Amino acid sequence: MITTTHYLVLSLILFGLGVTGVVVRRNFITVLMSIELILNAANLNFIAFSRHLGDLSGQVFAVFIITIAAAEAAIGLGIIIALVRLKQTVQLDQVNVMQG
Amino acid sequence: MDALVTYFGAIVFYTLAALAVAGAAGVIGYRNPVHAAMSLLMTFLAVAGLFVLLHAELIAAVQILVYAGGVMVLFLFVIMLVNVRTLPTEEKYVRRLLPVAVVISVVLVALVLVGVWAAFRAPAGPVAALVSVEGQAMGNTEAVGWSLYRDYLLPFEVVSVVLLVAMIGAIVMGRKEKEGRT
Repeated sequence: MITTTHYLVLSLILFGLGVTGVVVRRNFITVLMSIELILNAANLNFIAFSRHLGDLSGQVFAVFIITIAAAEAAIGLGIIIALVRLKQTVQLDQVNVMQG
Repeated sequence: MDALVTYFGAIVFYTLAALAVAGAAGVIGYRNPVHAAMSLLMTFLAVAGLFVLLHAELIAAVQILVYAGGVMVLFLFVIMLVNVRTLPTEEKYVRRLLPVAVVISVVLVALVLVGVWAAFRAPAGPVAALVSVEGQAMGNTEAVGWSLYRDYLLPFEVVSVVLLVAMIGAIVMGRKEKEGRT
Protein backbone atom coordinates (compact mmCIF):
# COMPACT_ATOMS: atom_id res chain seq x y z
CA MET A 1 0.00 0.00 0.00
CA ILE A 2 1.39 3.36 -1.03
CA THR A 3 0.93 5.93 1.70
CA THR A 4 1.48 9.66 1.81
CA THR A 5 4.88 9.03 3.38
CA HIS A 6 6.06 7.34 0.18
CA TYR A 7 5.26 10.48 -1.77
CA LEU A 8 6.94 12.68 0.81
CA VAL A 9 10.12 10.60 0.71
CA LEU A 10 10.17 10.79 -3.08
CA SER A 11 9.62 14.54 -2.85
CA LEU A 12 12.53 14.76 -0.39
CA ILE A 13 14.82 12.90 -2.80
CA LEU A 14 13.87 15.17 -5.71
CA PHE A 15 14.31 18.22 -3.51
CA GLY A 16 17.75 17.11 -2.30
CA LEU A 17 18.89 16.40 -5.85
CA GLY A 18 17.62 19.83 -6.88
CA VAL A 19 19.47 21.63 -4.10
CA THR A 20 22.65 19.70 -4.87
CA GLY A 21 22.34 20.71 -8.51
CA VAL A 22 21.86 24.38 -7.63
CA VAL A 23 24.94 24.41 -5.43
CA VAL A 24 27.44 22.28 -7.36
CA ARG A 25 26.69 22.83 -11.03
CA ARG A 26 28.45 25.63 -12.88
CA ASN A 27 26.23 25.84 -15.93
CA PHE A 28 23.57 28.50 -15.40
CA ILE A 29 21.02 26.63 -17.54
CA THR A 30 21.42 23.46 -15.48
CA VAL A 31 21.07 25.46 -12.26
CA LEU A 32 17.73 26.78 -13.53
CA MET A 33 16.66 23.21 -14.31
CA SER A 34 17.57 22.21 -10.75
CA ILE A 35 15.36 25.02 -9.44
CA GLU A 36 12.51 23.58 -11.51
CA LEU A 37 13.22 20.24 -9.82
CA ILE A 38 12.88 21.85 -6.39
CA LEU A 39 9.57 23.47 -7.34
CA ASN A 40 8.34 20.13 -8.67
CA ALA A 41 9.22 18.47 -5.37
CA ALA A 42 7.23 21.17 -3.56
CA ASN A 43 4.29 20.52 -5.88
CA LEU A 44 4.43 16.81 -5.14
CA ASN A 45 4.34 17.62 -1.42
CA PHE A 46 1.35 19.91 -1.85
CA ILE A 47 -0.61 17.33 -3.84
CA ALA A 48 0.27 14.50 -1.46
CA PHE A 49 -0.92 16.51 1.53
CA SER A 50 -4.00 17.65 -0.37
CA ARG A 51 -4.89 13.96 -0.76
CA HIS A 52 -3.88 13.11 2.80
CA LEU A 53 -6.01 15.83 4.35
CA GLY A 54 -8.86 15.68 1.84
CA ASP A 55 -8.44 19.41 1.22
CA LEU A 56 -8.29 20.98 -2.22
CA SER A 57 -6.20 24.00 -1.19
CA GLY A 58 -3.02 22.04 -1.90
CA GLN A 59 -4.00 21.59 -5.53
CA VAL A 60 -4.83 25.28 -5.87
CA PHE A 61 -1.40 26.17 -4.51
CA ALA A 62 0.18 23.70 -6.91
CA VAL A 63 -1.39 25.73 -9.73
CA PHE A 64 0.17 28.87 -8.25
CA ILE A 65 3.58 27.19 -7.96
CA ILE A 66 3.46 26.07 -11.59
CA THR A 67 2.69 29.66 -12.59
CA ILE A 68 5.56 31.01 -10.53
CA ALA A 69 7.88 28.35 -11.98
CA ALA A 70 6.97 29.41 -15.50
CA ALA A 71 7.62 33.07 -14.64
CA GLU A 72 10.93 32.13 -13.01
CA ALA A 73 12.01 30.14 -16.06
CA ALA A 74 11.18 33.04 -18.38
CA ILE A 75 13.12 35.54 -16.25
CA GLY A 76 16.07 33.19 -15.71
CA LEU A 77 16.39 32.39 -19.38
CA GLY A 78 16.14 36.11 -20.19
CA ILE A 79 19.05 36.67 -17.81
CA ILE A 80 21.00 33.90 -19.58
CA ILE A 81 20.44 35.55 -22.97
CA ALA A 82 21.61 38.91 -21.59
CA LEU A 83 24.58 37.25 -19.89
CA VAL A 84 25.72 35.47 -23.03
CA ARG A 85 25.48 38.72 -24.96
CA LEU A 86 27.56 40.48 -22.34
CA LYS A 87 30.21 37.90 -21.40
CA GLN A 88 29.87 34.99 -23.87
CA THR A 89 29.60 32.48 -21.04
CA VAL A 90 26.99 30.55 -19.07
CA GLN A 91 29.50 29.38 -16.44
CA LEU A 92 28.46 30.90 -13.14
CA ASP A 93 31.94 31.20 -11.63
CA GLN A 94 33.07 33.33 -14.56
CA VAL A 95 30.48 35.95 -13.70
CA ASN A 96 32.34 37.73 -10.94
CA VAL A 97 32.32 41.40 -11.93
CA MET A 98 30.46 42.42 -8.78
CA GLN A 99 32.52 40.16 -6.53
CA GLY A 100 34.36 42.30 -3.95
CA MET B 1 -8.29 -9.46 -6.93
CA ASP B 2 -8.23 -6.71 -4.36
CA ALA B 3 -4.58 -7.44 -3.59
CA LEU B 4 -3.78 -7.29 -7.30
CA VAL B 5 -5.25 -3.80 -7.52
CA THR B 6 -3.20 -2.72 -4.53
CA TYR B 7 -0.01 -4.16 -5.96
CA PHE B 8 -0.74 -2.55 -9.31
CA GLY B 9 -0.82 0.86 -7.62
CA ALA B 10 2.46 0.12 -5.85
CA ILE B 11 4.14 -1.04 -9.06
CA VAL B 12 3.02 2.10 -10.91
CA PHE B 13 4.19 4.29 -8.04
CA TYR B 14 7.65 2.72 -7.79
CA THR B 15 8.12 2.79 -11.58
CA LEU B 16 7.20 6.47 -11.79
CA ALA B 17 9.26 7.30 -8.71
CA ALA B 18 12.31 5.54 -10.15
CA LEU B 19 11.88 7.42 -13.44
CA ALA B 20 11.55 10.73 -11.60
CA VAL B 21 14.65 10.16 -9.47
CA ALA B 22 16.66 8.91 -12.46
CA GLY B 23 15.66 12.01 -14.40
CA ALA B 24 16.62 14.28 -11.50
CA ALA B 25 19.99 12.54 -11.22
CA GLY B 26 20.45 13.01 -14.94
CA VAL B 27 19.89 16.75 -14.63
CA ILE B 28 22.85 16.95 -12.25
CA GLY B 29 24.97 14.34 -14.00
CA TYR B 30 24.80 15.12 -17.71
CA ARG B 31 27.40 17.49 -19.08
CA ASN B 32 25.42 18.35 -22.20
CA PRO B 33 22.53 20.73 -21.33
CA VAL B 34 20.29 19.15 -23.99
CA HIS B 35 20.67 15.74 -22.31
CA ALA B 36 19.96 17.37 -18.95
CA ALA B 37 16.83 18.98 -20.39
CA MET B 38 15.60 15.62 -21.71
CA SER B 39 16.27 14.12 -18.27
CA LEU B 40 14.24 16.91 -16.72
CA LEU B 41 11.43 16.19 -19.17
CA MET B 42 11.36 12.58 -17.98
CA THR B 43 11.07 13.79 -14.38
CA PHE B 44 8.21 16.15 -15.30
CA LEU B 45 6.27 13.39 -17.04
CA ALA B 46 6.85 10.93 -14.19
CA VAL B 47 5.67 13.50 -11.64
CA ALA B 48 2.60 14.15 -13.80
CA GLY B 49 1.88 10.43 -13.63
CA LEU B 50 2.23 10.57 -9.84
CA PHE B 51 -0.30 13.42 -9.76
CA VAL B 52 -2.75 11.21 -11.63
CA LEU B 53 -2.07 8.51 -9.05
CA LEU B 54 -2.94 11.06 -6.36
CA HIS B 55 -6.23 11.88 -8.12
CA ALA B 56 -5.09 15.39 -9.03
CA GLU B 57 -5.94 15.03 -12.71
CA LEU B 58 -6.14 18.75 -13.41
CA ILE B 59 -2.69 19.43 -11.97
CA ALA B 60 -1.28 16.52 -13.99
CA ALA B 61 -2.66 18.05 -17.18
CA VAL B 62 -1.37 21.50 -16.24
CA GLN B 63 2.02 19.99 -15.39
CA ILE B 64 2.32 18.43 -18.84
CA LEU B 65 1.03 21.53 -20.64
CA VAL B 66 3.10 24.11 -18.79
CA TYR B 67 6.27 22.19 -17.87
CA ALA B 68 6.67 19.59 -20.59
CA GLY B 69 5.17 21.91 -23.17
CA GLY B 70 6.10 25.47 -22.29
CA VAL B 71 9.05 25.53 -19.94
CA MET B 72 10.89 22.70 -21.68
CA VAL B 73 10.56 24.34 -25.11
CA LEU B 74 11.80 27.59 -23.55
CA PHE B 75 14.86 25.80 -22.15
CA LEU B 76 15.63 24.09 -25.44
CA PHE B 77 15.22 27.36 -27.33
CA VAL B 78 17.69 29.10 -25.05
CA ILE B 79 20.17 26.20 -25.28
CA MET B 80 19.87 26.49 -29.05
CA LEU B 81 20.25 30.29 -29.03
CA VAL B 82 23.21 30.23 -26.69
CA ASN B 83 24.73 27.34 -28.65
CA VAL B 84 26.63 25.88 -25.74
CA ARG B 85 29.00 23.90 -27.93
CA THR B 86 30.73 27.03 -29.19
CA LEU B 87 31.30 28.32 -25.66
CA PRO B 88 34.51 27.33 -23.93
CA THR B 89 33.90 24.24 -21.82
CA GLU B 90 35.24 24.04 -18.35
CA GLU B 91 34.91 21.74 -15.40
CA LYS B 92 31.32 20.69 -14.83
CA TYR B 93 31.11 21.06 -11.07
CA VAL B 94 32.21 23.65 -8.59
CA ARG B 95 34.13 21.03 -6.66
CA ARG B 96 35.04 23.03 -3.60
CA LEU B 97 31.30 23.63 -3.00
CA LEU B 98 30.44 19.92 -2.83
CA PRO B 99 30.70 19.70 1.02
CA VAL B 100 28.58 22.85 1.28
CA ALA B 101 25.97 21.21 -0.96
CA VAL B 102 25.90 18.09 1.18
CA VAL B 103 25.52 20.11 4.40
CA ILE B 104 22.75 22.30 2.96
CA SER B 105 20.90 19.30 1.59
CA VAL B 106 21.09 17.41 4.87
CA VAL B 107 19.91 20.41 6.91
CA LEU B 108 17.01 21.13 4.55
CA VAL B 109 15.99 17.47 4.44
CA ALA B 110 16.03 17.40 8.24
CA LEU B 111 13.81 20.51 8.33
CA VAL B 112 11.33 18.94 5.93
CA LEU B 113 11.34 15.73 7.98
CA VAL B 114 10.48 17.71 11.10
CA GLY B 115 7.62 19.34 9.19
CA VAL B 116 6.33 15.97 8.00
CA TRP B 117 6.54 14.56 11.50
CA ALA B 118 4.56 17.51 12.85
CA ALA B 119 1.99 17.19 10.09
CA PHE B 120 1.38 13.52 10.80
CA ARG B 121 0.62 14.25 14.40
CA ALA B 122 -2.29 16.34 13.22
CA PRO B 123 -5.55 14.45 12.70
CA ALA B 124 -6.11 13.27 9.14
CA GLY B 125 -9.21 14.26 7.27
CA PRO B 126 -11.20 12.10 4.85
CA VAL B 127 -9.48 10.92 1.70
CA ALA B 128 -11.64 11.80 -1.25
CA ALA B 129 -11.08 11.34 -4.97
CA LEU B 130 -14.32 13.04 -5.83
CA VAL B 131 -14.74 16.11 -3.72
CA SER B 132 -17.86 17.92 -2.77
CA VAL B 133 -18.50 21.61 -2.44
CA GLU B 134 -21.58 22.52 -0.47
CA GLY B 135 -22.69 18.91 -0.42
CA GLN B 136 -22.52 18.55 -4.20
CA ALA B 137 -20.16 15.93 -5.63
CA MET B 138 -18.09 17.06 -8.61
CA GLY B 139 -14.96 16.17 -10.59
CA ASN B 140 -11.44 17.28 -9.79
CA THR B 141 -11.23 20.07 -12.38
CA GLU B 142 -14.55 21.57 -11.39
CA ALA B 143 -13.71 21.43 -7.70
CA VAL B 144 -10.27 23.01 -8.14
CA GLY B 145 -11.79 25.73 -10.32
CA TRP B 146 -14.45 26.35 -7.73
CA SER B 147 -11.86 26.69 -4.98
CA LEU B 148 -9.55 28.79 -7.15
CA TYR B 149 -12.12 31.37 -8.18
CA ARG B 150 -14.02 31.57 -4.92
CA ASP B 151 -11.60 31.07 -2.02
CA TYR B 152 -8.35 32.10 -3.72
CA LEU B 153 -9.47 34.90 -6.02
CA LEU B 154 -7.02 37.51 -4.68
CA PRO B 155 -3.92 35.26 -4.89
CA PHE B 156 -5.06 34.31 -8.38
CA GLU B 157 -5.11 37.96 -9.46
CA VAL B 158 -1.77 38.65 -7.78
CA VAL B 159 -0.20 35.71 -9.63
CA SER B 160 -1.48 37.12 -12.90
CA VAL B 161 0.32 40.38 -12.09
CA VAL B 162 3.48 38.38 -11.34
CA LEU B 163 3.19 36.72 -14.75
CA LEU B 164 2.80 40.10 -16.43
CA VAL B 165 5.88 41.47 -14.66
CA ALA B 166 7.87 38.35 -15.58
CA MET B 167 6.83 38.70 -19.21
CA ILE B 168 7.85 42.36 -19.36
CA GLY B 169 11.13 41.58 -17.60
CA ALA B 170 11.97 38.74 -19.98
CA ILE B 171 11.21 40.92 -23.00
CA VAL B 172 13.33 43.80 -21.69
CA MET B 173 16.29 41.54 -20.87
CA GLY B 174 16.08 39.59 -24.09
CA ARG B 175 15.94 42.70 -26.27
CA LYS B 176 19.00 43.63 -28.29
CA GLU B 177 20.73 46.84 -27.27
CA LYS B 178 20.21 49.54 -29.88
CA GLU B 179 23.27 51.25 -31.39
CA GLY B 180 24.26 54.50 -29.74
CA ARG B 181 22.49 53.69 -26.49
CA THR B 182 24.25 52.82 -23.32
